[in-house]
Amino acid sequence: MQISARHLDKTTIFDVSGDVDLATSPELRKALLHELREIRTLRVVLNLKSVRYMDSSGVASLVEGLKVSRGLGARLILYGLNASVREVLQLSKLLKIFEVYENEEQAVSP
Amino acid sequence: MGRSGLLLKLELSSNPEMLCVVRHALGQLAETLGFSSAECRAIVLAVDEALTNIIKHAYGGEAGRPIRAFFCRIEVPQNGKQRKALEIVIEDRGKKIDRAKLCGRSLEDVRPGGLGMHFINECMDAVEFRRGLGKNQLRLMKLLDGPNPEKLA
Repeated sequence: MQISARHLDKTTIFDVSGDVDLATSPELRKALLHELREIRTLRVVLNLKSVRYMDSSGVASLVEGLKVSRGLGARLILYGLNASVREVLQLSKLLKIFEVYENEEQAVSP
Repeated sequence: MGRSGLLLKLELSSNPEMLCVVRHALGQLAETLGFSSAECRAIVLAVDEALTNIIKHAYGGEAGRPIRAFFCRIEVPQNGKQRKALEIVIEDRGKKIDRAKLCGRSLEDVRPGGLGMHFINECMDAVEFRRGLGKNQLRLMKLLDGPNPEKLA
């Protein structure tokens, strides 16, 4: 997995690629929680277009990020979900609790 | 168990970095057997979650411990007919798993963790645990419903 950050006004966009699993999800979790808790970014967007695979460890990182964002009055937004990621979130019945968009334009619009 | 239909046997260590290797091999195997793309993803997810449970819970995160996985083609009687299926048996020598802890949690409870067993149950047609001779054994089975079931013949 690779993760890089872009900054757009008061929004941080994380471009995530590769597989998010037991080995790599701690890095995603760390980046998300740092951005929310330490930087206090009010809108964090995850670009998941290039994520090939996500397991329950990855979902757990997203859920933790979502809970922290809600506690801080921030937003965690997802976009670019492929079939694999969408299926995992649907299986966990968690797709509906996330703010999900098709593309970046929609994800960063006010 | 008899493994006359053995297709693939993997011996790996309880290292999280090995998960992507297993996923790749298993995805190729399932595709070759004629499972649909969605079924391949389901099988890969179930096995990945099973291995994750072993690494995290049976071995407590300790790397370098042994895991064996057997992938076999089998036939399952169903409604008077024989159905082709993929059977996966995963063994570890970790501590006895508390089944109650692996049964997953209510999906209404939105919190990190506790989803792995739910994914396994949703993705596979049969899931069985056994403990004996110092080993945990998990048996998974997926019926072949895809367009090319003759590939398992």
